[in-house]
Order: sequence, then structure tokens, then C-alpha cells
Amino acid sequence: MAIEVRIPTILRTYTDGAKSVTGSGGSLAELIEDLEANHPGIKDRLIEGEDLRRFVNVYVNDEDVRFTGGLETSLSDGDQVTVLPAVAGG
Amino acid sequence: MLVIDRATYDAIVTHAKRDHPDEACGIVAGPEGSDRAERFVPMVNAAGSPTFYEFDSTELLGLYKEMWANDEEPVVVYHSHTATEAYPSRTDIGLASEPGAHYVLVSTREHGNSDGPVEFRSFRIVDGEVTEEEVSVVDHLPELV
Repeated sequence: MAIEVRIPTILRTYTDGAKSVTGSGGSLAELIEDLEANHPGIKDRLIEGEDLRRFVNVYVNDEDVRFTGGLETSLSDGDQVTVLPAVAGG
Repeated sequence: MLVIDRATYDAIVTHAKRDHPDEACGIVAGPEGSDRAERFVPMVNAAGSPTFYEFDSTELLGLYKEMWANDEEPVVVYHSHTATEAYPSRTDIGLASEPGAHYVLVSTREHGNSDGPVEFRSFRIVDGEVTEEEVSVVDHLPELV
């Protein structure tokens, strides 16, 4: 099951510079485990404790996963996942 | 050094003054790898706050998809401080996630919504390290060779 994951500039140190990588999983949580297996260290940049980091946005087919079940969001073959750090500050 | 044309500089300042006392934010996009701040894109501060800014997550995705389609990147990421100096706050430093961008800070603390000079400063923020850089305002960006 192939899911394309778009990687933001700041996380490309984990993907040898690749702008997108392929992963698999039936849910976002499983996909992140799969990414971690191939790109060690990336999980910690996405997840804090049991949840997505507050200032990391993840979209499945253009939908912010915060509105679709967070890490439990289900995935299917051909889905496109995009990771974007928030543009935010004080 | 940040090289910015007068019209874009003025547009950033105007946006900051208009949104005062809330923080204003946006980017200036340019062709990937060019370091040319060409396309001014003001964004809504979804936080609507005098002490915080954040792009709306759906608008953020739309913006990046547009840039990817155009082979662009954020050359400048700007926001305003409305009660403090134009220097990155600890939050700004902690959340800075575009190591290639010029982070522009504008402070409207002196004149608010009114005419009058503002502080306009530019920084690189990489791995938590802040480096201020010179800002060169030009009439037009240099011609492409």
C-alpha cells in the first residue's frame, strides 16, 4: 500500500533531501511508524507524547487531520499526505 | 543581506499598520533558489492576537501548493510586533521552520495605525540561532541575467 508523503524543507535532513517519500499504513499513526523505520528521528519531529505536535500540520488529501481524527485518520492506497510546519510565532 | 524592492517593503509596512494592534503576517515568495522576494502574499493572522500570529492551516496548505506549482519558495516570512521591538521573540525562534527564509520583523509600537517610521529588520533563524542581516531597499530588484 503506497502513500506519498510530502516532506517540508526542515525535515528533509531525515529523508536525504527528498521532497517526498513513500510510506504505508492503514492510519496516520501507522504511517508515521513506517516512516520512522526508514527515516529514523522523523517521528519525534511530528509527535509529542500521544499526539501530533501542536505546530506541525498534517493533511491527508488536503484535509487537516485535526478535523478527521488526528493520528487515527485512516489511510488508503494512493492517499497523499502533506506535512507542513505551522508558520507562527509571537 | 535581504534585498527588497520599495513596493514590497511598503506593502509589508502598510499591512502591519493596518492590522495594528494585532500582529500582521505573510510571506514574499520567489523562484526556488533565487533569493528574489518577488511575490507579496499577505496572510490572515488566524490567531487575531497582539502577541501571537499563525497562518490558518487550510490557507497555509493552499499557499504552499501554489508555491510548489510555481516552483517557488518563501523567500521572506514577515510578521509584526505591535508593542515590542522588531526582534524575534523566543516563540519566533522556537517555531521558525524555514531555514532558507529571511525573517522580517516590523514593529508598529511607535506609531500604531498612523503614518510614521517603523522598525523594519531582517534575520536568519537557523537551528535556534538568530543572525541579523542588512536590509537593502531598492527601487526594483536587479534584472535577471
